[in-house]
Amino acid sequence: MKRVYVNEEWCLGCRLCEYNCAFANSGARDLAAALKDRKIFPRIRVEDDGKITFAVSCRHCVDPICVRSCIAGAITKKDGVVKIDRNKCVGCLTCVLVCPYGALAPGENGTMQKCELCLENVCGEPACVAGCPNRAIVYEERGE
Amino acid sequence: MRMKRYVIIGNGTAAAGCIEGIRSVDRDGGITVVSAEKHHVYSRPLISYYLEGKTDTERMKYRPDGFYEENGVRVLFSVRAESFDPDGRTVRLDDGTELGYDALCVAAGSRPFVPPFEGIEKAENKFCFMTLDDALALERALTESSRVLIVGAGLIGLKCAEGILDRVGSVTVCDLADRVLSSILDAECAAVVQKQLEDHGIDFMLGDSVARFSKDTAYMKSGKEVPFDILVLAVGVRANSELVKNAGGEVNRGIVVDVRQATSLPSVYAAGDCAEGFDASIGQNRVLAILPNAYTEGRTAGINMAGGDDRFDCAIPMNSVGFFGFHIMTAGSYDGEMTEEREEESVRRFFTRDGCLIGFIIIGDTVRAGIYTDLIRKKTPLSTVDFDFAKKYASNLIFSPEIRRKRFGGVV
Repeated sequence: MKRVYVNEEWCLGCRLCEYNCAFANSGARDLAAALKDRKIFPRIRVEDDGKITFAVSCRHCVDPICVRSCIAGAITKKDGVVKIDRNKCVGCLTCVLVCPYGALAPGENGTMQKCELCLENVCGEPACVAGCPNRAIVYEERGE
Repeated sequence: MRMKRYVIIGNGTAAAGCIEGIRSVDRDGGITVVSAEKHHVYSRPLISYYLEGKTDTERMKYRPDGFYEENGVRVLFSVRAESFDPDGRTVRLDDGTELGYDALCVAAGSRPFVPPFEGIEKAENKFCFMTLDDALALERALTESSRVLIVGAGLIGLKCAEGILDRVGSVTVCDLADRVLSSILDAECAAVVQKQLEDHGIDFMLGDSVARFSKDTAYMKSGKEVPFDILVLAVGVRANSELVKNAGGEVNRGIVVDVRQATSLPSVYAAGDCAEGFDASIGQNRVLAILPNAYTEGRTAGINMAGGDDRFDCAIPMNSVGFFGFHIMTAGSYDGEMTEEREEESVRRFFTRDGCLIGFIIIGDTVRAGIYTDLIRKKTPLSTVDFDFAKKYASNLIFSPEIRRKRFGGVV
């Protein structure tokens, strides 16, 4: 299946992916209206130590430990995509405790968010990839 | 070939895992679930969130309504398994029926342990806090003025306290141990958590235990008297292992299983809180009564019952628990050298041994803590990561570029 992959040599650390992610999942039409003066809760996060930068989002693991560990049964994997039912999530953070990649984080209301590849929002494919100015994030098939 | 007959005793998380494990190998065999409770499979740890109003009985369903039907599962609700015959391969139910099986999974969970307190039978309005029915019964008894005494400052007792605090007059928690969450926190971390809970209005009476009960008062060993309208008993739990014991299987504190979840009896498996499986953090068997392990054990059992070959050999104790919006995460064992990073509202304690991280306690900032858990589970040599950085921030920056390329450039 197609997944999001990062190439840290190409990452500029501009964090556009974070903004594009937050906008794509906001449901708003206007970027400024969606993000201006607001704390954003993107599902992809740039890690940065001043020298190296790269973006991290869900790996959509072959056997996701978050799915097995969710105490609410709120995380499922269907057609290769790991999704979270935020209506069922109680914000216990067990998924944060088990995800080896640090790919889940709470959203504004305390329930968990994760990358769902923009398949069900208005973008239809990952907004972080579409907006990456240096092609440091790609969306492609690399197996299973 | 004749279709296989699978029987699962229990209808919780481990049973759901077992069903999904069986179906990943065998689409056709008949699966029968024996459920003592009358409910569709639900998330047991959510009962405190239910009382707190953060979920409801519909959203608490661990799997969707169509789960049994889609998986070709027959569920017998409100029925108990009384015994099974490992030679004849039959299970006897309390309604007199007998079920034949080719492979059996005991996923019977645990039950509250109530010590023989003097006068406990006189105490009125007493509840346990294990099942949805327990939570519903407790909810019916709550009033705005109720004085609630909870015996037990473990996870069950404290989550109950959080769940009901805003709906009652007062909540007092007592425990024989001198600290809260004594099974997962050391003394100093427990003190930090206790302070937070006290700030939210929960009263504690620690290092003290009930000498005797009257109908509405607990007389403590210290001489104090605690009047109550509602009593919640959350002292501990015991594995439901009797079925296997009575059938001649090996039982310790739970049903003894190997890494394939097989018991000592042929074609009999066990999973979840009733089982005593391999704990990789101590290298021996132990009951690890946490939901993620229940699911995975159930799934491993199911795969093997259906003729596959699966092993669950990386289980470790771990807990993520929040109270009033602040979070605590723990994992692994604390039997090693401790280093601490402390900020105002945040504590991180790391335990290392033989060059590996073996456990941690984090209070406060839990961002990306799974990176630590994975270091424990994979026994990653700390010489291969930037552990000084890791102590301050859970981050993928602690890995070398080569390792990161594998983690983020391939299928994992």
